[in-house]
Amino acid sequence: MPPAVETSGLVKSFGHYTALRGIDLKVPVGSTLAVFGPNGAGKTTLIKILASIMRPTSGKILIEGLELKDNAEMLRTRLGLVAHQSYLYGNLSAWENLDFYARMYGVEDRSRRIGELLDLVNMTGRKHDRLSTFSRGMQQRMALARALLHKPSILLLDEPETGLDQQALGAMWDIIKREEAGRRTIIFTSHSFERALAVCDDVVILERGRIAFKAQACTLNLGGLKQKYQECTAVVEK
Amino acid sequence: MKFWSSVAAIAWKDVLSELRTREIIFSVLVFAVLVLVIFNFAFDLSPDLMLQIAPGILWVAFAFSGVLALNRAFIPEREENCLEGLMGCPVGREAIYVGKALGSLFFMVLVEAVILPVFALLFNIAVLQPELIVVTLLATIGFVAVGTIFSALAVNTRAREMVLPILFLPVVSPVIIAAVKASAISLNGQSWGDMTIWLAIILAFDIIYLTVPFLVFPYVVEE
Amino acid sequence: MRIRILLILSAILILATLALDMLLIPSLDTQNTGFIQYSPVFYWHIPVAWVALFAFLCVFIASIGYLWKRTAFWDIVAMTSAELGVVFTSLFLVTGSIWAKFAWGTWWTWDARLTSSLVLWIIYVAYFLLRAYISSPEQRARFAAVFGILGFVDVPIVIMTLFVAKEMHPGDVAFHLDKPQMILTLVTGVFAFSVLYLGLLFFGIHLKEDAAELTRLKGLMEDNDNG
Repeated sequence: MPPAVETSGLVKSFGHYTALRGIDLKVPVGSTLAVFGPNGAGKTTLIKILASIMRPTSGKILIEGLELKDNAEMLRTRLGLVAHQSYLYGNLSAWENLDFYARMYGVEDRSRRIGELLDLVNMTGRKHDRLSTFSRGMQQRMALARALLHKPSILLLDEPETGLDQQALGAMWDIIKREEAGRRTIIFTSHSFERALAVCDDVVILERGRIAFKAQACTLNLGGLKQKYQECTAVVEK
Repeated sequence: MKFWSSVAAIAWKDVLSELRTREIIFSVLVFAVLVLVIFNFAFDLSPDLMLQIAPGILWVAFAFSGVLALNRAFIPEREENCLEGLMGCPVGREAIYVGKALGSLFFMVLVEAVILPVFALLFNIAVLQPELIVVTLLATIGFVAVGTIFSALAVNTRAREMVLPILFLPVVSPVIIAAVKASAISLNGQSWGDMTIWLAIILAFDIIYLTVPFLVFPYVVEE
Repeated sequence: MRIRILLILSAILILATLALDMLLIPSLDTQNTGFIQYSPVFYWHIPVAWVALFAFLCVFIASIGYLWKRTAFWDIVAMTSAELGVVFTSLFLVTGSIWAKFAWGTWWTWDARLTSSLVLWIIYVAYFLLRAYISSPEQRARFAAVFGILGFVDVPIVIMTLFVAKEMHPGDVAFHLDKPQMILTLVTGVFAFSVLYLGLLFFGIHLKEDAAELTRLKGLMEDNDNG
């Protein structure tokens, strides 16, 4: 079975600035990958390219064995993304937002699926309230619901813990792990070592657009990971 | 079919969102009526002369309120970076263009549907003729088709909304001119036959202004 | 080197056009008709108009080239062509205006030809406004290319008005010249300004490529300092 996500020689430049300098990744189906790195290391860029929102400058990306650039439209039905911003419309209600995206993703039996997700993220009571009235934590939950609408086999999350307290964060990971969609592959970026280690299978540290370190989570403990991170990123702090 | 259901979803979402806030509609309507009122004071003309400049006044009102409406097309997509959310959807980028254009078309037609009777009342000119309505609708399609892509361009620049009229009005001027000429013919009591050349021009532009932006829109939103 | 040859050649040809224009043309109007092809300005107006439209065609092609190939070269060609296009359009509006004053007694009229030409001028000035308002170089090149494609729609209109709307501005006179002296002068003029355009285009491209290289090197130096 091909890996869920595979990249080789992935490069992304913005004019003179190169954000990703050749990323080679292989993420097995059903596994969870945590990506660490200081700000500016290229984590968000990597996630956006995998979500096919951004185009790479060069390199190959295979999603479930298929080339992303030739099959982008179709592959997006298998990709779900939770980013920094919620991608939700403040004027519309929770229900309307999910209904909109359900249409865009061609979700079958829309009403039922939306109801399921609102239950899953515990927002059923507020389904008719406008997004603009929601707290950051609630918006994040809604963003998660949006990402899960079409039962993606690959879920991408960009620093999902930002702005959430510990409890909300725990609840979010519960939801992600609980939501069934066969064997879901998860790739997320994070600054929180402890939480990430608890949920991931593999770890990668990105530093200035390159993979500085990769390992399986079972071979690491918290202290070891922190130390490794310090080593990799020490180059920056001269 | 996926394409059209996405287009419909986007257009509907815009309409729904606007119905909630009513930001665009009210300000645009008020603006359009103001334009009419100002023209009324600017020109103190006999009914004959009024008939001659009526189409021009109408299209000034439509064009400027159209710019206002188009400016708002892509602004909601900037908050919470919703445009990226749309780009992650399993449909070609062109669907975003067509969906947005349809939404703007709906608003402009709504505005025109109010302005035309108001104009007829204020200026005592029978503008509600089928020929004129058809011309207006056709020209609005071209207007919105070009305006939508320029709105997507403009919203990404430093000067945002201020840049849209400068970029877009020159390019769409042929359509407006043709609409004004055709409307003038219609108000003069002549009918379809005399208008054919102008109608043909408007139609030709509609086709060009729908096709080229359709092809080129993905380049505007890509990252 | 090539640039220098082109510019010298164009200077020679322009002088030749001037000579032909001043020496040959005025004597032709034996019946004192005052038709446009007997007026010296005509032999400046046409070549300059032709070059302007050609320049905008180059902008269109280079814009497509940029969106396809994504190299800075195409963006530079588009921008330089647009600059030249604006300059030559200004020239043809001005020469047209001068002729209009002599022939009709007015500097301007709103017939189809002049109006669409003025709109053309505005469109390409807007091209530069758009470029000025975008900070990211990649986005600037990309948006300018999109605009270069969309704005080109007006060019066929300007050309069509030549054959269609003969209200005030004379129609396609240039294609119906009967006297050999006229044809000679016109062709020399067209050739002269085409060569001038090419010379200036290559010169402009050369300058901008150097400037881009300078910026790139500066960027590298800064990276080295910081890294």
